[in-house]
Amino acid sequence: MREELIVSGRMNRLIDPGLHIWHWHIPLYLFLGGLAAGILFFAALVTIQGKADKYPAAARLAPFATPILLSIGLLALLLDLNHKLYFWRLYTTIRLESPMSWGAWTLMVVTPLSIVWCALNIRDIFPGWDWKYPVLIRLEKFFKQNLLTISWILLVSSLILGVYTGILFSAFNARPLWNTSILGPLFLTSGLSTGAAAIVLLSRNTAERHYFTRIDLMLIGIEIFLIIHMFMGFLASTQVHIEAAQLFLGGPYTTVFWLFVFSLGLLLPAILEILELRGFSMPHWLAPVLVLFGGLMFRFIMAYAGQASRWLY
Amino acid sequence: MDIFKYLYLFIKTSVDMKTTRRQFIKISSLGAGGMAMAASVGKWTNASELIEKLTAGPVSLSRTPTYCEVCFWQCAGWVYKDSKGNIQKIVGNDDDPHCNGRFCPRGTGGVGQYTDEDRLKTPLIRTVVDGKATFREADWDEALDFIAVKMKDIAARYGTECVALFTHGSGGAHFGQMLKAFGSQSVTAPSFAQCRGPREVGFLTTFGDIIYSPERTDIRDTRCLVLIGSHIGENMHNGQIQEMSDAIDKGATIITVDPRFSTAASKSKFWLPIKPSTDMALLLSWMNVLIENGWYDKEYIARYAHGFEELKEHVKKYTPEWAYGITTIDPNVIRRTAKEMYDASPAVIIHPGRHVTWYGDDTQRLRAVAILNALLGSWGRRGGFYQPEKASVPDFPTPPFPTPKHKPTDAYKGKYNLANEVVSNGICDATIPTPDQNCSFKAWFVNGTNLLAALPDQEQTIKAMEALELLVVIDTMPVEITGYADVVLPECTYLERYDMLRKSGHREPNIAVRVPAAEPKYNSKPADWIARELAIKMGLEAWFPWKDMEEYLDWQLRQIGSSLDEMKRIGVKKFPRKHDDLYFAPGEDVAFNTNTGKIELYSTDMEAEGFDPLPVYTAHEEPAEGFYRLIYGRAPMHTFSRTANNPNLTELMDENTLWVNPKVAKIWDLKSGQYVKLKNQDGKVSTFSIKVRVTERIRWDSVYMVHGFGHNNKKLTRAHGRGINDTELVTNVKIDPVMGGTGMRSNFVTFITDFEAMGKEAES
Amino acid sequence: MRYAMAVDTKKCVGCSDCVVGCQTENNVPIGYCRDWIVEVTDGTYPQLEIEIRSERCNHCENSPCVRCCPTGASHYAEGGVVLVTPDECIGCGACIASCPYDARYPHPEGYVDKCTFCLDNRVKKGLDPACVSVCPTKCMYFGDLDDPNSPVSRVLKKRKWKTLIPEAGTNPQLYFLI
Ligand SMILES: Nc1nc2c(c(=O)[nH]1)N[C@H]1C(S)=C(S)[C@@H](COP(=O)(O)OP(=O)(O)OC[C@H]3O[C@@H](n4cnc5c(=O)[nH]c(N)nc54)[C@H](O)[C@@H]3O)O[C@H]1N2
Ligand SMILES: Nc1nc2c(c(=O)[nH]1)N[C@H]1C(S)=C(S)[C@@H](COP(=O)(O)OP(=O)(O)OC[C@H]3O[C@@H](n4cnc5c(=O)[nH]c(N)nc54)[C@H](O)[C@@H]3O)O[C@H]1N2
Ligand code: SF4
Ligand code: SF4
Ligand code: SF4
Ligand code: SF4
Ligand code: SF4
Ligand SMILES: [Mo]
Repeated sequence: MREELIVSGRMNRLIDPGLHIWHWHIPLYLFLGGLAAGILFFAALVTIQGKADKYPAAARLAPFATPILLSIGLLALLLDLNHKLYFWRLYTTIRLESPMSWGAWTLMVVTPLSIVWCALNIRDIFPGWDWKYPVLIRLEKFFKQNLLTISWILLVSSLILGVYTGILFSAFNARPLWNTSILGPLFLTSGLSTGAAAIVLLSRNTAERHYFTRIDLMLIGIEIFLIIHMFMGFLASTQVHIEAAQLFLGGPYTTVFWLFVFSLGLLLPAILEILELRGFSMPHWLAPVLVLFGGLMFRFIMAYAGQASRWLY
Repeated sequence: MDIFKYLYLFIKTSVDMKTTRRQFIKISSLGAGGMAMAASVGKWTNASELIEKLTAGPVSLSRTPTYCEVCFWQCAGWVYKDSKGNIQKIVGNDDDPHCNGRFCPRGTGGVGQYTDEDRLKTPLIRTVVDGKATFREADWDEALDFIAVKMKDIAARYGTECVALFTHGSGGAHFGQMLKAFGSQSVTAPSFAQCRGPREVGFLTTFGDIIYSPERTDIRDTRCLVLIGSHIGENMHNGQIQEMSDAIDKGATIITVDPRFSTAASKSKFWLPIKPSTDMALLLSWMNVLIENGWYDKEYIARYAHGFEELKEHVKKYTPEWAYGITTIDPNVIRRTAKEMYDASPAVIIHPGRHVTWYGDDTQRLRAVAILNALLGSWGRRGGFYQPEKASVPDFPTPPFPTPKHKPTDAYKGKYNLANEVVSNGICDATIPTPDQNCSFKAWFVNGTNLLAALPDQEQTIKAMEALELLVVIDTMPVEITGYADVVLPECTYLERYDMLRKSGHREPNIAVRVPAAEPKYNSKPADWIARELAIKMGLEAWFPWKDMEEYLDWQLRQIGSSLDEMKRIGVKKFPRKHDDLYFAPGEDVAFNTNTGKIELYSTDMEAEGFDPLPVYTAHEEPAEGFYRLIYGRAPMHTFSRTANNPNLTELMDENTLWVNPKVAKIWDLKSGQYVKLKNQDGKVSTFSIKVRVTERIRWDSVYMVHGFGHNNKKLTRAHGRGINDTELVTNVKIDPVMGGTGMRSNFVTFITDFEAMGKEAES
Repeated sequence: MRYAMAVDTKKCVGCSDCVVGCQTENNVPIGYCRDWIVEVTDGTYPQLEIEIRSERCNHCENSPCVRCCPTGASHYAEGGVVLVTPDECIGCGACIASCPYDARYPHPEGYVDKCTFCLDNRVKKGLDPACVSVCPTKCMYFGDLDDPNSPVSRVLKKRKWKTLIPEAGTNPQLYFLI
């Protein structure tokens, strides 16, 4: 029998007996960031493609949610900090090796962009809107003239944001479950998928809905592929990675993951979407809501399970 | 003396004492009485303070010399205070041979003895409120008056001899002075009959000298250290552990005999996982092997020893094969380890251990240990046992003490004649009146010893206390014993007081001083003050002619060419040895302080007292089916029951666990982390439950726990209800007929797993 | 200069003096610790072995906690010692999650704290770290690896040693003599 004990009574709060430094804040922050990234990505994409009028929910309506989503996300992040008064320290330095720094700065870029984007489209929602001050009117004009450039910036920065939500975890070599390069693409895909789902939810137009349903279906496919790939990767790796995967394969996170994320959040909406595209009639909101729910659960489960996975020595 | 005042107090006293005597009072029934709380919690307040803390180096701190009171190794050290005057840390004094500049965890955590906010805060007097016994707070004057009146009454009615002092620790000197002036010599400590008594008597009868504390073992230079149950490394007696580590560095062989895979065993070349209670068989077979093979110091034995031929004849039958059947130790291992000892000799130590009151034949077992050392020639040899020397410092002159009518030993007349110290349990027993008892004690002073944890057979202790007319407890913490007191006197901790010089013997004679680093907290007082004030109230001021400890110490120090000022600066002072006798010189003739003037392999003292002059093997009780031997020991971060509430040390360990072999766990379906209660062979059930630790480190016929936990007073907020007090399960006591030691390891326990069903009342 | 520490698992008795010593020296709040003791027992009675390790921050040469810190609060100081500057730290916990040894903890004041190798309060003054200086078995060695005569260099040359989770690539500077 092997007996491994800490005999000096160590009981550091939030660290012992198991790491629990991150609570709901970080997964919520990552979910909202991914969702906003997805929405903004598609808004930029359809604008660049010149299909903004064809897909109004994607280009104009859905982005209105993003400043709010991002602000709630940032608020969650702020709440998570233990030394809140020093929050501003995030913006006195840029540290490219630190995903946290990266994320903070990306948000610094994306959040104003999302606001600009809303401003540009505000007349579509409130036709009677008036900017009142000449400065603002001139600004609006300037942005409108450079819409394409802004779209490109938005496209790239939203992709960075989406990838970042995964990299934040995958940079942590110390937590074997997170320590896989698949997490970046996986969270990006998941973010795009939730973005597409949000658009489907908001769209009033069948063509647009079907277009994004098709995109979502493809993204779900990629996601499932990446998830399977991730587990295969773990199982083919070191003992600690095998143990990490086992958290989901018989371990404490098995039911929640396979039920909520995989079945309810991926498989079921995929089936519903296929049926929808085949012309079966059903509530339009069901599939996208399930996708959003699955995306949220996924972030939570990965955050919690990741903290439970560790190196043994 | 104002006669009216005394009359008044006497009446008041009698009223207060009209309670159901010695019914246990939980001090929790008492308000803290507006006492200031220690400000240790909200330490971290603002950033500038933080920067200050982070940059404050040890150099800028002020330091005061002390010697540690967390155990009886008495390491000398320095108390450092931060810029605000708070005690921050305690570190060893580099010049101190007890600690060589390094404290053990308990000494380092000694700060917590001072900061503990559960400390006793003010004198308490037993009284009755609404028909219920309780304590009321009193000021010092009243509390001491109360005691003085009672003492005079007892002296008048029974004689001064009927008062006993149980003490463990520095306060003993002060209260001892008071008691002897009062007219009683009955001063006793649990460190004899519950601890090292058998080894002192075992070695005294063999070598004519004792082991002392610190032990005279020359571990630093040994080439082979044999530990029999002695669990150095968990037993953190500082000098021993340091020297053992040095010895490991130098490649010494360590042989450990222990039914448990102790920390020391894990550092050993040989671990002999002996069946508990059978050590005597192993020791005898080692003698057999050494003698049969001629692996002993022939010249040394010829020159110094008495009774070798008798011994040789005696151990013939004790072959390793014979011992194997008893001890379960492989005969080849017995031979190999014997050879290993011989190869190292005379730089070999068969360690006498310290807490050796195990099975009732302990003096004989320690005689066997002494004989083995004699055969290997290690006594008086480098790497074996050295001759310690004490600094000679005169005491402050006082008149001779009155001669009491009874000697302390009269309490157990005709018994324990070889005991060289007063037998605590003898005094305890003699307190319970019996027809043939000519000296039953009427009053006890109990200083710095929690008798409910230290003395086995709690029922007997309680019975004795019930027979008392006065019980005064001087302690720092509201431990169990305080609940039985008529008067509880709060002593301040060692960090807040002066005490007598430390002057124990060592390789180099040395002294150490204890100087207060802080004012006494709350309304606590140092023992020297309490004893002196009380003496004055009893009219015994002639025996306390000094003003205070500063005067006492300075006078004393000036007699040896130092001063209190100097000692405050250096803390420890060493002196050259007066005698060049650390080890025997080659071929030196040595007179041993025994009847024959020789090392008595064959003990004439034992023979004269009617005991076996050569140790013999006796089989001891064994556990019944479903029961396991209860063995206990030390955890490195705690001292008995005295640190169980220390905030720094409870952080390291806040309860004891029950070590259970996986085989046993399987039978009982026990899992690590689960709580069980224990029931012993006499049906005694533990008050609290204990966490199971399933571990290969313990034999299947025994369970193990660390002594000192399971406190039942709620006022001990960190210790209350944490783990089990092993003492309450020690009801079967095997008295050593030679010196009165209380053998405590013939107790057997079984598990109660469904104690929740039995109700939790017992725990409240 | 490269500060490092070595702990002799053959001499360490797991007494935890290094833990209390650190606490009182560095004002580590009650309830927290910067160092701790791991005891590993292997085998079946009576064929047993124990390894005892006094652990703390490894002051990794390639330290993920420094890399992931968004503000630079976690940084390499003199001799490669990894430190946290309390008033640059936002308490985001990234470094805590990034440390494979769980060596850091959130200080009740909000910032993240951990072993400092006693750099500023002792080592720079020529003293050994507190834990090293209190250890009754003298089983800890500290010093500059670039100095071949430092206690730690000498003992690492003489003895077999290991580091913890070398495969995590952190390049720890806390060595265990085995
Ligand atoms: N069951 C069992 N019984 C044992 C042992 C065992 O292992 N198991 N061990 C035996 C041994 S070896 C020994 S030496 C004895 C030890 O027996 P004790 O020395 O009685 O041990 P403690 O239980 O620590 O009780 C010490 C008391 O002193 C108090 N105290 C601490 N510091 C001070 C101070 O500065 N001033 C005053 N006035 N009081 C203070 C503490 O609060 C505590 O109540 O126990 C023996 N009894
Ligand atoms: N940390 C710490 N250190 C202390 C103390 C403390 O309270 N805390 N107290 C000090 C004092 S006063 C004393 S007296 C000493 C006591 O320390 P020791 O003299 O070392 O005490 P023992 O009771 O002999 O040691 C207990 C060991 O005996 C083993 N044992 C049990 N039964 C048997 C048996 O039948 N045969 C053999 N061979 N071994 C057996 C147990 O498994 C355990 O390892 O410790 C001193 N050091
Ligand atoms: S051994 Fe430890 S507890 Fe005992 S006196 Fe020394 S430092 Fe204090
Ligand atoms: S102080 Fe030394 S012996 Fe004790 S646990 Fe720490 S490293 Fe080990
Ligand atoms: S042990 Fe952890 S905290 Fe220390 S340097 Fe390495 S990664 Fe950072
Ligand atoms: S908690 Fe502090 S030290 Fe750690 S990564 Fe965040 S800012 Fe840096
Ligand atoms: S080096 Fe200093 S800070 Fe680090 S564990 Fe040791 S005492 Fe604590
Ligand atoms: Mo003892």
